[in-house]
Amino acid sequence: MSTTQLEEPTRDLSEDELLRLGLYRQVVRIRAFEERAYRLFMEGLVKGTSHLSLGMEAIAAGFGEAMRADDYTFCTYRGHAHTLARGTPMAGVMGELLGRASGVCGGKGGSMHLTSVEHGAMGSYAIIGAHLPIANGAAWSAQVRDSGQVAVCFFGDGTTNIGAFHEALNFAKVWNLPVVFVCENNLYMEYTAIGDVTAVEHPAADRASAYGLEPIIVDGNDPDAVYEVAATAIERARTGGGPSLIEAKTYRHGGHSRADPGQYRPDEEVAAWLERDPVPTYRARLLADGLDEAALTEIETQAQADVDAATDVARAAPPPDLQAAYTNLWADGGSSWRN
Amino acid sequence: MTVTLAQAINRALADAMAEDDRVLVFGEDVGRLGGVFRVTDGLQSRFGEQRCFDTPLAESGIIGTAIGLAMYGYRPVAEMQFDGFSYPAFEQLVSHLAKLRNRSRGTLTLPVTVRIPYGGGIGAVEHHSESPESYWVHTAGLTVVSPGTPEDGYAMVREAIASDDPVIVMEPKRRYWMKADVELPVTAPPSSEALVRREGTDVTIVCYGPMVRTALDAAEAAEDEGWSLEVLDLRSLSPMDTEAIVASVQRTGRAVVVHEAGRSLGLGAEVAARVQEAAFYHLEAPVLRATGFDTPYPPAKLEQYWLPDVDRILDLVERSLAY
Ligand SMILES: Cc1ncc(C[n+]2csc(CCOP(=O)(O)OP(=O)(O)O)c2C)c(N)n1
Ligand SMILES: [Mg+2]
Repeated sequence: MSTTQLEEPTRDLSEDELLRLGLYRQVVRIRAFEERAYRLFMEGLVKGTSHLSLGMEAIAAGFGEAMRADDYTFCTYRGHAHTLARGTPMAGVMGELLGRASGVCGGKGGSMHLTSVEHGAMGSYAIIGAHLPIANGAAWSAQVRDSGQVAVCFFGDGTTNIGAFHEALNFAKVWNLPVVFVCENNLYMEYTAIGDVTAVEHPAADRASAYGLEPIIVDGNDPDAVYEVAATAIERARTGGGPSLIEAKTYRHGGHSRADPGQYRPDEEVAAWLERDPVPTYRARLLADGLDEAALTEIETQAQADVDAATDVARAAPPPDLQAAYTNLWADGGSSWRN
Repeated sequence: MTVTLAQAINRALADAMAEDDRVLVFGEDVGRLGGVFRVTDGLQSRFGEQRCFDTPLAESGIIGTAIGLAMYGYRPVAEMQFDGFSYPAFEQLVSHLAKLRNRSRGTLTLPVTVRIPYGGGIGAVEHHSESPESYWVHTAGLTVVSPGTPEDGYAMVREAIASDDPVIVMEPKRRYWMKADVELPVTAPPSSEALVRREGTDVTIVCYGPMVRTALDAAEAAEDEGWSLEVLDLRSLSPMDTEAIVASVQRTGRAVVVHEAGRSLGLGAEVAARVQEAAFYHLEAPVLRATGFDTPYPPAKLEQYWLPDVDRILDLVERSLAY
């Protein structure tokens, strides 16, 4: 689903160039959003917590661009990027972070539970592993309905050690489901290095063969590379080829969540990964490949303007009404019987 | 010495580990980091990686491992990082930890302590603010306690580790930073005894864990209205000190139960049932409940309305007195 809208191209762009501008637009928008989210959290505008994808944008970008509008995304509490990548309006996502009635969940979900069914963002799940089997169910329904839809399910390296991960992979393979599992391996499960608590070096890829799947590792900081594997796996799923498991290697620039300075990570490791920051490296590559700098700058300016506008809308919106706590427990929209 | 609840529990773990090599402490981020609430801070550096360690992200695996260790003489202390993360371990807790002694005709002893930071009030949302105590209380074979003061934090964790039965310690996370002036180690009556935290004559407020502080604040505020509230801290939720509850209600004739957990089948229902069974003729009013609502835990901006507070307690006190 390409969301690129260029006002006046200076020359005719090739399909490939348009795609890459779309990828660049995604990483830039997510980066701008996450930086703003960080600032707003630090200003104390939000109670609760936040888990940012700063440094990990290329994964959401590559998959976001490779997915069809009616495909399903299942992600974790680290889900701002994936929710945005599906085209969920920024103002609704920002509003949700700030706990406002204008948020995509009406202020009831917050940063960790972003959901926008109309954009295929089928939920951010804050219980580790929970959404992998659920993605299977969505994929199965697509298979039965013969709708051609694919479910893409994102999770972290730490998630590969909980039972649900293993259950889901087996189910997916047994039923040949149109699902793509994407492990965002950022080397840490919260504050613990993944290598300290995992039997194998590559937490996802090294487990693939146990479920009859191909081990796939991709540079998760490279939008082109991610797009490539994403497009291949999604196409395979869409055409009856069954599930894939992809391990995207990446790194978070900041801590696990809002208050975490991330000091348990060696300085050299952080420095090495900052060198591989997906945003400036991709920009440099696009320029080297002959894309017009003006087009990139326009994307950057537009992203900032979008974030500013989303922030204004969110800040101006009221908090949810107290009654919101009593809605949507039941199919009749209410929470009667017990309360 | 001023200690917080978190520090008191940390000291209890350290003292138990120092006294007994069989005490092991583990969970997610518990070792190197010292736990997300710093309750296990310093234990790994002091006792080594064999005694205090990080586990993979797998709650069912954590509790299962604790059970196996306990079968062979260890005294494991497992942490569930937040209340909502205990559910993936539900099966191990309910079907095995609680039942293996019974199933093995008493031959297996499982001295497992499970620590669960629980409850709301810290601006987190669902999964991070839940009060699952009724699930454990409902399960025969589990002892369930909840400290409402730093002193009890220390004493209950020591008692739990020393117990030959599995104990779930429900730690009120919003009170981790609550302070008391106390010298550790401290002793306290056995947790099976409920304690009157404040004497009063008009209404008994039955509470535990995070609500002890709230109930005491309510009792303070009630003085302005001329009401004398007795605050009874249950301390142990299972077993529950029915005698103490009944004795207090016999004095006051009225009771309001307070807990964060939703109302239906919350501990309040059990307290009300026991009171009417044992003290029916002493009651001047029905037992009332100030509880969370039967809805999912609300967003941060609404939790102040959702959680029972001084006003909600006093409203019910007024209703009780009006009977
Ligand atoms: C069942 C469960 N246990 C524990 C947690 C607490 N927790 C939240 S995030 C996290 C680490 C997850 O690491 P990973 O899967 O690598 O994802 P990342 O945060 O790195 O994206 C943990 C332990 C949880 N959310 N759910
Ligand atoms: Mg990780």
